[in-house]
Amino acid sequence: MIRPGSVSLLAVFAASYALAQGDGRRSGYQEMGPALQKMQDDDTANPAMLFVQAGATAWSEKAGTADKSCADCHGDAVVSMKGVAARYPAFAADAGKPLDLEGRINLCRTTQQQAPAFGPESDGGLALSAYIALQSRGQPISPPDDPKLAALRAQGAALYKLRQGQLNLSCVNCHDDNAGRKLAGATIPQGHPTGYPIYRLEWQALGSLKRRLRNCVIGMRAEPWPYDATEYLAVESHLMERARGMTMDAPGVRP
Amino acid sequence: MANVLVNAPKTAKKGEVVEIKALVMHVMETGFRAGTNGRIIPRNIIEDFTATWNDREIFRMKMSPAIAANPFVSFTAVAGESGTIAFRWTGDNGFVAEHKVSITVT
Repeated sequence: MIRPGSVSLLAVFAASYALAQGDGRRSGYQEMGPALQKMQDDDTANPAMLFVQAGATAWSEKAGTADKSCADCHGDAVVSMKGVAARYPAFAADAGKPLDLEGRINLCRTTQQQAPAFGPESDGGLALSAYIALQSRGQPISPPDDPKLAALRAQGAALYKLRQGQLNLSCVNCHDDNAGRKLAGATIPQGHPTGYPIYRLEWQALGSLKRRLRNCVIGMRAEPWPYDATEYLAVESHLMERARGMTMDAPGVRP
Repeated sequence: MANVLVNAPKTAKKGEVVEIKALVMHVMETGFRAGTNGRIIPRNIIEDFTATWNDREIFRMKMSPAIAANPFVSFTAVAGESGTIAFRWTGDNGFVAEHKVSITVT
């Protein structure tokens, strides 16, 4: 005889199994409680959508001495930006180096629009990257198979394993060895960048993957790299490779 | 104009209880925090939020520094007649945000 209690427990297991990737990888979204998941899923309750709204306006606003808007070159973002955020960091031929999405936006801004670049974690830059990231919602993370990125990915993989700071921790110690367990009251996620830029409740603001990485580095009591350091790009590239095939849920809400 | 997201039904039956949700972009700076230069960051919050249904007030809220950034407010109202639901947030430094949605009551 199956008691009602065990039936519902089975249902819960079945639900979480269906959500998982099937290979044990879980996104930060899946580690959250139902209240936060609901907050992210409702586009009128997700605070990141305020930034998306601002980004959608900025997309068609002319800027810089070239007096061009993003839409003048790229047209409708819903079409042209689909899946773009799921590919970055990528090698930018016109810059001769790899760039993440924020870097790509700033390159367009300085060369095409001839406007001043957005500062790190500025509202304007975050709004545009949130709007672009939204167009990849539901798309699989698919970093490019570009040999020019190989060195960067290798550097990222090495940094991911590198013990740093006064606590002498590497990313592996938390996000591989102890993922799913608790760090104080919070569940340690596996660290897949599916939802960036995220609205983090602790920040009470939208933030990029770079800000999240700085947070982790400070948490290990290591000195964070400067904002323009290639180390971030390297770790971002490695994380995207590690999350290849997972579904984007940007812009996410995270505790 | 500030950034606002409102979720209210477009139609309702007369006498029905409808849920209305309103989200507004605001830093809600408490006035108790120090900046990187050690000086107190001046308070900058939303003080009042009101909602009116055809100019009749249906919801009013006083906000305090303890409320998080980008306040999200959810409340219910009884659908009376068709018309406009108007939202207004006012706060420090002359902050004003307004938004209107229309609703058809049958």
